[in-house]
Amino acid sequence: MTNFIIPFIVLFVIIYGLKNRVNIYDSFLEGVNEGLSLILKIFPTMFAMTISINVLLKSNIINDVVNLFSNFFNYIGYPKELVSLGIMRPISGSSSLIILNNILNSCGVDSLAGRVGSVLQGSTDTTIYIISLYFSSVGIKKIRYSLLVGLLTDFAAIVISFFVIKILFY
Amino acid sequence: MINYIFGFFLIVGIVYGSITGNINSINDVFIVDSKSSIEMVLNMIPLLCLWLGIMKIAGNSGLIKKISMFMSCVIHPIFPELNKNSDAISYISSNIVMNMLGLGSGATPFGLKAMDELNKENNNSDTASRSMITFLVINTASVTIIPTTVISFRALNGSNNPTDILLACIITTFLSCLFGILLDKLMYRIWSKYD
Repeated sequence: MTNFIIPFIVLFVIIYGLKNRVNIYDSFLEGVNEGLSLILKIFPTMFAMTISINVLLKSNIINDVVNLFSNFFNYIGYPKELVSLGIMRPISGSSSLIILNNILNSCGVDSLAGRVGSVLQGSTDTTIYIISLYFSSVGIKKIRYSLLVGLLTDFAAIVISFFVIKILFY
Repeated sequence: MINYIFGFFLIVGIVYGSITGNINSINDVFIVDSKSSIEMVLNMIPLLCLWLGIMKIAGNSGLIKKISMFMSCVIHPIFPELNKNSDAISYISSNIVMNMLGLGSGATPFGLKAMDELNKENNNSDTASRSMITFLVINTASVTIIPTTVISFRALNGSNNPTDILLACIITTFLSCLFGILLDKLMYRIWSKYD
């Protein structure tokens, strides 16, 4: 069903363009050109962020910090595996997917950790990455309170997902 | 700020890695793995070019203006500073709709284009405008109705009912997005006093 959405959006745009006597081929090429220059503009940011994120990941510090506080998370009844996911989610989409996959594997898909993890992965995004990419694409240097609000919103999602699953399933 | 995040990640990673004996894998990032970041950019090129091409047709045919006019009554209360007939409204709504359908990577071209339009209204300043921050808060809160990737991961790992988390996802995503929008409005008030 969802496979129909994108092709039909394209179909609609093309027909609408022809109906309004737009040169759709030239317009398309114009947009492709814009895309290429946009890529050149955002390439340095994407490159810099992936390198620094990879270095942080490979040092293993996030796992070690989570393990350090594992007693605390046991005490409040929050699955420890989800903490790594919560920390990773705003930083890197691909690594948080790997962590989620490990949780689904080891704790079970329909366990508390598996369900909360799925909701967490599905309802938040890579905040740090998006903020640096989007702002640098238009040359913004002073990002003001955006990162603070973005990360606090992610934290809210961590808390909300836990309680929503608790209420709906347990 | 991004300046400090970049430095912080590198310093913490290298120092911690050398202390704990992980320096080999960090060395690999600099020597071997750097090509993985190129792959990421390469993967993005076709998607970006394709969608900006299609959006150009939509723009030249007046479709973008129509969508903007239609959506502005919904979007405007959230972005009070935005010009009522701005093209940004159309790109912002396209970005949100793509995210809702769980087509995250398809949302990026619209998001970047929305930032471009918001930048024009910001007189190309190097300071983020109020609308830009609100847009990014909504974007990173990621209002998703169908989290396609998560559902497929649950199915692959043998869930009896991979979609039984959908309701929980929708509740969480709307509540956290609402929280983000309210916090954004509050922070705007507090921040303007110190600017």
